[in-house]
Amino acid sequence: MTSDTGVHAQAQARHRATGRPMSTGRLGDKIFVSAARGSGILVLVIMAAIAVFLVWKAIPALQKNEANFLTSEAWNPNATPPKFGIAQLAFGTVVSSLLAMLIATPVAIGIALFISFYSSRKLAAALGYVVDLLAAVPSIVYGLWGVAVLVPHMEGISKLINAVLGWIPLFGGDGVGKASVFTAGVVLAIMILPIISSISREVFLQVPRANVEAALALGATRWEMIRLSVLPYGRSGMIGASMLGLGRAMGETIAVALVLTFVPGINIHILQDGGATFASNIANSFGEASQTGRSALIASGLVLFVITLLINMAARAVVARRKEFA
Amino acid sequence: MSALTTPGERRGATLSPVSPRRKITDRAVQGLVYLAFALAIIPLVSVLWTVIGHGLARLDADFFQFSMNGVSGKDAGGGAYHAIVGTLEQVAITTVIAVPIAVLTAVYLIEYSGNGRLGKVISFFVDVMTGIPSIVAGLFVLALWLLTFGFDFSGFAGSLALAILMIPTVIRATEEMLKLVPNDLREASYALGVPRWRTIVFVVLPTARTGIVTGVMLAVARVMGETAPLLLTIFFTKAINTNAFDGPQGSLPTFIWEQIADSNATAHDRAWTGALVLIALIMLLNLAARLLARGARTTGR
Repeated sequence: MTSDTGVHAQAQARHRATGRPMSTGRLGDKIFVSAARGSGILVLVIMAAIAVFLVWKAIPALQKNEANFLTSEAWNPNATPPKFGIAQLAFGTVVSSLLAMLIATPVAIGIALFISFYSSRKLAAALGYVVDLLAAVPSIVYGLWGVAVLVPHMEGISKLINAVLGWIPLFGGDGVGKASVFTAGVVLAIMILPIISSISREVFLQVPRANVEAALALGATRWEMIRLSVLPYGRSGMIGASMLGLGRAMGETIAVALVLTFVPGINIHILQDGGATFASNIANSFGEASQTGRSALIASGLVLFVITLLINMAARAVVARRKEFA
Repeated sequence: MSALTTPGERRGATLSPVSPRRKITDRAVQGLVYLAFALAIIPLVSVLWTVIGHGLARLDADFFQFSMNGVSGKDAGGGAYHAIVGTLEQVAITTVIAVPIAVLTAVYLIEYSGNGRLGKVISFFVDVMTGIPSIVAGLFVLALWLLTFGFDFSGFAGSLALAILMIPTVIRATEEMLKLVPNDLREASYALGVPRWRTIVFVVLPTARTGIVTGVMLAVARVMGETAPLLLTIFFTKAINTNAFDGPQGSLPTFIWEQIADSNATAHDRAWTGALVLIALIMLLNLAARLLARGARTTGR
């Protein structure tokens, strides 16, 4: 506890120091403050510019579009007249990333619990490093691995799910494929594991020691301690973490683009081959895109930007609310 | 309950032992937690194993000495020299662009803004910026630099996109490090009559230097593997282009993307070796950053 209050006092002292006027009126101070504030403002300008330029460059294609941008399933912006819509892309993106979130969240929280409460302190540092390595592997390597290793292995699993859960339309359909939205969801789940587990770990670290020790002193087993003191405290943090993972999964491009084989049209049976996401479609179509095609891809990117922005803001709000309680 | 009567279990006479049901639940959860960890390790080991296994086939001197100029998909030779040069140049330019902006922003957030409104807004949008999909950063540079300003594809355009991804991570890392600088140092400096900016530049930042460098290295490692924004900004070339400001340039991620799209086995071998080289570079940077951080921690106190 002593170190805790020490840190607190230090933080307070810092606030007092920052209460000083920003500049002493000296030239050097004036220039430095302007540079620092300017950089901060530049960050805001970049965010605004992303929105403005995506909208601006998306408009030409949207004006020429002969199909409904929101409901059409076909993506033919290079044809004359251009016809394209985001229905299929939105479906693929939402389903694959929700799937990834559902698979990854329990595993990631398990990892976070393991590192925080089940391993020795020395081991915990090493294990945290291993999970960080998982985050360091680039997307394209996951894509290569997905195609070479995971896709061949997914057939059996997909068949099993189809046989057991086939009565649910999502997992139904006659026959299953390997390069499916489901497989993409599994790859994405692996890729978002580290972010969910590292944020959950941060939350677990902040659980008051007193709560943990009180539970243990009352004779709780380790699991009971976790259930009574850790999980209630960390609930909103974990929800925020999995939402951040969802946002990450939606924007993930290359691994999905490599794993999925494009089949036009929405297919509700996600175990069958086919599907596309916003991001994978951009990566796959950009090379052959005409001027209108590029503009149309920017329009679809704008939709992705807005969706991920909303999810991230919501997730941050959830995580921040927990901080106020703490 | 024979366990009740065994003397070893009766440490406290008034305490009843944990009931079997609770014990079993506890064990079951422990098993699940261990399983979760194993589930995370399997893909990591599998990825590394596969990449090393497939990648060693073409890990020869040619790979580091030649470009793909005049080499078609089914030819056995060729290398990634153009891609490695491109990646190193792009990442270097990205660092040069992103680090000053990020460090200055972090300085503003920690040293100047206090609890001001501008600081809060910037801090919020830095969080939001962390979540920007990399492909959107690529689309933005495409819309701004290529379509609006009319520049050609170039390594520099790629660097601009990567910088957008790098800035928020470096800001967050720098902020954490600046928070750790003891306030006594700042106050001692002020007491000596040192202007505020000199205090920050010559006292605060040097104290936090190791941590900031670590953060930058991790951020570099992260953007080095980004493929999606580069597809839209540097495009493809098989030839060596050492000028990052002029025309399409190679890069390791786009090299892998190009080679795996080819149907020939020889091209796939090149893709895997490219992946091996890329992972090795990233892991080395990661490792170096960790060692640096650890060294600082042991010598710092």
